[in-house]
Amino acid sequence: MLEKLLDGPKTFYMWLIFLLVLIAGCGLVYLDQLQNGLSVTGLSRDVSWGLYISQFTYFVGVAASAVMLVLPTYFHHYKKFKRMIIFGEFMAVAAVVMCALFIVVDLGQPQRMLNVMLHPSPNSVMFYDMMVLIGYLGLNIIIGWVTLEAERHEIDPPKWIKPLIYISILWAFSIHTVTAFLYAGIPGRHYWLTAIMAARFLSSAFCSGPAILLLLMMVLRRLTGFEPGKEAVKTLTTIIVYAMCINVFFYLLEIFTAFYSGIPGHEEPIHFLFFGHEGHLPWVSYWMWGAVIMAFASLALLIPPKLRENPCLLPIALIMLVLASWIDKGLGLLVAGFTPNMFEAFTPYMPSAKEIAVALGVYGVGALVLSLLWRIALGVKMEVNHMHDD
Amino acid sequence: MNKSRRSFLKVAGFSAFALTSGMAALSGVAQAQIAPGKYERAANALHAKRWAMVIDTRQFTGPEDYKPLIDACHSFHNVPQIPGNQDIKWFWLDSYAHVFPDDMNAHLNKHSRESMYPLLCNQCTNPPCVRVCPTQATYKMEDGIVAMDYHRCIGCRFCMAGCPYGARSFNFKDPRKFLSNPVPNPEYPTRMIGVVEKCTFCAERLAVGKLPACVEAANGKILFGDLEDPNSTVRQALAANYSIRRKPSLGTQPGVYYLI
Repeated sequence: MLEKLLDGPKTFYMWLIFLLVLIAGCGLVYLDQLQNGLSVTGLSRDVSWGLYISQFTYFVGVAASAVMLVLPTYFHHYKKFKRMIIFGEFMAVAAVVMCALFIVVDLGQPQRMLNVMLHPSPNSVMFYDMMVLIGYLGLNIIIGWVTLEAERHEIDPPKWIKPLIYISILWAFSIHTVTAFLYAGIPGRHYWLTAIMAARFLSSAFCSGPAILLLLMMVLRRLTGFEPGKEAVKTLTTIIVYAMCINVFFYLLEIFTAFYSGIPGHEEPIHFLFFGHEGHLPWVSYWMWGAVIMAFASLALLIPPKLRENPCLLPIALIMLVLASWIDKGLGLLVAGFTPNMFEAFTPYMPSAKEIAVALGVYGVGALVLSLLWRIALGVKMEVNHMHDD
Repeated sequence: MNKSRRSFLKVAGFSAFALTSGMAALSGVAQAQIAPGKYERAANALHAKRWAMVIDTRQFTGPEDYKPLIDACHSFHNVPQIPGNQDIKWFWLDSYAHVFPDDMNAHLNKHSRESMYPLLCNQCTNPPCVRVCPTQATYKMEDGIVAMDYHRCIGCRFCMAGCPYGARSFNFKDPRKFLSNPVPNPEYPTRMIGVVEKCTFCAERLAVGKLPACVEAANGKILFGDLEDPNSTVRQALAANYSIRRKPSLGTQPGVYYLI
């Protein structure tokens, strides 16, 4: 099916060249980081993880969210998702590739990366995280490729793929649960030491991931005329609404526990995120308030069926939802986890320009993988004429 | 054609034989050297079931009293002075509120509240850093010391997120650029960029019969000994005085005690 990459329109290759240039440019910044170490980042002794790890965390969620299509299709035989599912699975592949790269660029000694496997340490959550991510990547590549091949030949997928699909459903939950345990299992970091961390991660993943997918599908429809199916979009939007409601609810639970208990350690990180320290608002506060506004605005647009079925309002609502969840998980989680620090003191963190450039490069690789895989999927859809509702 | 192939095979065969036999011989020698294979403690090594430290802060009058201790530690271990918040700390000072943030008594006596306190790795009985390290680069030795293998560390900094005492430092920059030439102690290895490091209770000094550098420099104001031995100086000091530890509620069981 790889030959499908060869007959794309000119704009597709222009896009690929743009991505390659972006990746190469950001790659040079990464070489600088390899030379001069992580000193080029905004990280410090007190804030030892930053943008890289938070992006890793966010994209594990995006990867896991493919299950929101796979589960209804294979558990509940919801046929309407069938035409879109391959795009979800290939998005998961691109997301896991980005996760792996975000980990690599975060390491101080990346050439020793294999030590995680050479000296496995079963007491470390990071060991399991690496294992489940590699497993999930493999599962999605195999399932996606085999079902697409079957679609191309207009036959049913082979029977042996079914067990793998069921495993992949459980696996999707496991990757984000294990990622949450990276945070929830350590003492002394008040903001992270919460039993609903994994639940929060899953709820935020299951709204933001499908929202990103839906937005990308809209772009795809604009560019190629591929129609994901009105019913499918409607159902997926409903899933997004429920997940987002649960996501916001879980966050409010955290706020209640922290502020009603009045325990300073639990209050302070949230207070810092939204109100700063000693009258000084950190940069992240503006983002956090933006996230609050966008989260509620997106819900206001998504909950009433009339509004969420409006083709103009839906993308706006989805963009706000994605931004809100990204700020919560991709910025706030890390910043508040480390501030106040171990000494109940405040060391501000802000990603440096070089750090942002390296992260952009990883985004570029993700976009490249996604573009190539989606091009193949689209080529097959065109070949067997699965571009529209029959 | 035929001939060259035959000669090639000949040469290849010979070289393969030479290589394998050479390798075998070499590995034989190597095995013979390593075979006895057991590490033995030096006769003068100090040992304990559980090393612990008692810092009698009452005997220190001000930050300048701690300076010789910090210098002893940092020069013995070639710890560089790096400006900014990407620095390396093995033994350092901080205020009461930062060292004991759980103790929120606003009416503590003036002296205790305004003193500076020495900080170092707490050498926990249940070290979170060992629990989270994905490569066993941080590990606990049988005498309770939490040690590090800098060559195995991948620089993921999970231990820094995990340590509730902020006792770990990461080499954001090449530490050697911040050291004098020659380094303060040529016998102790310097670290490379991209790995984590911390105080190790001077495990390498204990192995040759010496007390930790800071203990030696403290002239009796810091006690060091076996927590499992009821007759040890640390146990006697703890039995006779009121002592506190940092963040005891986290269950890590620090091995560093403060007499206040």
